[in-house]
Amino acid sequence: MRLVFSRPEKMSMYWRETMRQMNDIGIGSLIIVILISTFMGAVMAVQISYQLGGQLIPRYYVGYLVRDITIIELAPTITCLVLAGKVGSNMAAEIGGMRQKEHIDAMEIMGVNTSAFLVMPKIIAAICVVPLLVSVAAIVSILGAYIAAVPTGLFSGAEYIQGIRSYLETWNIFIMYVKAVVFGLILASISCYQGYFVKGGSIELGKASTAAVVMSNIAILIADYLIAVLLTS
Amino acid sequence: MIRAENIAKSFGDQHILEDINLTFEAGKTNLIIGRSGAGKTVLLKILVGLYPPTSGIVWYDNVNFTALAKKKVRDIRMQVGMLFQGTALFDSMTIEENVRFPMDMFTNKTAKEKLDRVNYCLERVSLKDVLKKYPSQLSGGMQKRVGIARAIVLQPKYLFCDEPNSGLDPKTSLVIDELIHDITIENNITTIINTHDMNSVMEIGDNIALLHNGHLAWEGSNDEVLTSKNEVLQDFVFASPFLQKVRNLHT
Ligand SMILES: Nc1ncnc2c1ncn2[C@@H]1O[C@H](COP(=O)(O)OP(=O)(O)O)[C@@H](O)[C@H]1O
Ligand SMILES: [Mg+2]
Repeated sequence: MRLVFSRPEKMSMYWRETMRQMNDIGIGSLIIVILISTFMGAVMAVQISYQLGGQLIPRYYVGYLVRDITIIELAPTITCLVLAGKVGSNMAAEIGGMRQKEHIDAMEIMGVNTSAFLVMPKIIAAICVVPLLVSVAAIVSILGAYIAAVPTGLFSGAEYIQGIRSYLETWNIFIMYVKAVVFGLILASISCYQGYFVKGGSIELGKASTAAVVMSNIAILIADYLIAVLLTS
Repeated sequence: MIRAENIAKSFGDQHILEDINLTFEAGKTNLIIGRSGAGKTVLLKILVGLYPPTSGIVWYDNVNFTALAKKKVRDIRMQVGMLFQGTALFDSMTIEENVRFPMDMFTNKTAKEKLDRVNYCLERVSLKDVLKKYPSQLSGGMQKRVGIARAIVLQPKYLFCDEPNSGLDPKTSLVIDELIHDITIENNITTIINTHDMNSVMEIGDNIALLHNGHLAWEGSNDEVLTSKNEVLQDFVFASPFLQKVRNLHT
């Protein structure tokens, strides 16, 4: 008796794997993203106030600057540099471990398209979840600036909120999401590549994991520059 | 049936295999034997397509497997089961999930049908009460059996086993050998086993091919092993000092 095969591979397995990855990336990184963006906003509030202090620029400008720097640059870039370290190294180690323990060979022999099955869910999950994390980072960073500056009297809550609400350009939010999607794609694909083609033993696995982070970071910064040039000119 | 035609393999300038011509028949346990490092694993990996041969062709029945496009290779692979030397069980999944994985991936069975099949396969390899355990919680012999259960879950036409009883005690080895032998006959599978275990050779060696220094040194069945005058074979069979003494007593 031959088994009846449906389409070569079951979409449900891809779906389940994508959900698992989304959960890992999203829930798993939420705390560190919140922590980092709180301080990011706080530091910006303090330093921008310091730089503008004593000049003729109105104080609500601090809010405006914090918001735009956060949205255009810091929320997507810092978040993704951190995620490359946390999520990227994890992806490389997971796939690399499967390679070394012959799990990938075992799947290949079952007839699984391993490059698709192991990589695609991670890339899709990253593209979906990283923009959400970046949104959280942006909001938390702006709140962080408020928390750091208003109680200490650097500027008043009303001034800050006025700044936040001034000159809002939706184009900047668009730039933020373009960056988030591109950076997510970069960190997932570089990390999976490093893991998938790992050879040797645990030392090489460690190196692949490090390479995943370093190369993702470099690629993210280069992409950051290119997007900046393309979308602001 | 699987046929190796003029297979050669080198890694860089290191020649591992040369001139390998072999036919592996269905419904029989075909053994590839030889010392450690003789090239058994490399040959097996060429036969399943994990390594491309440097030259030569692998035939699956009448299909030229070596020349197939990747997608067609996967179609054939759905009929292939393999037990790895290190079992290659997925260590983050339970035994149930491991054995079920090929079904999850390729079939439309209901959860109940899958569970029944998992239970049947585990029973077939004489394992009980392991569904919810993880591979690391089982002994080496039990892990090999799970590996076999996973390899046969989709009723393969071709079964590959790389050193199925390395690292096992003689009794467990025998059980595993007989298990593979029975499954092969029951389902008319083309089974290819790598081994250096003389007990397996004598027990289940329907067809035996001896690899030596990357060449095919001898071919025959287990009945012919002891009577053959082939020197390489004699060397391999009577490798242990104990067996040499037994032989000298006889002659
Ligand atoms: N991926 C590889 N790259 C280079 N050399 C290899 C590779 N795999 C195996 N070899 C070499 O091929 C020879 C045969 O190895 P193998 O087939 O594993 O032997 P065995 O008969 O014990 O299974 C060994 O000398 C080994 O060093
Ligand atoms: Mg071997």
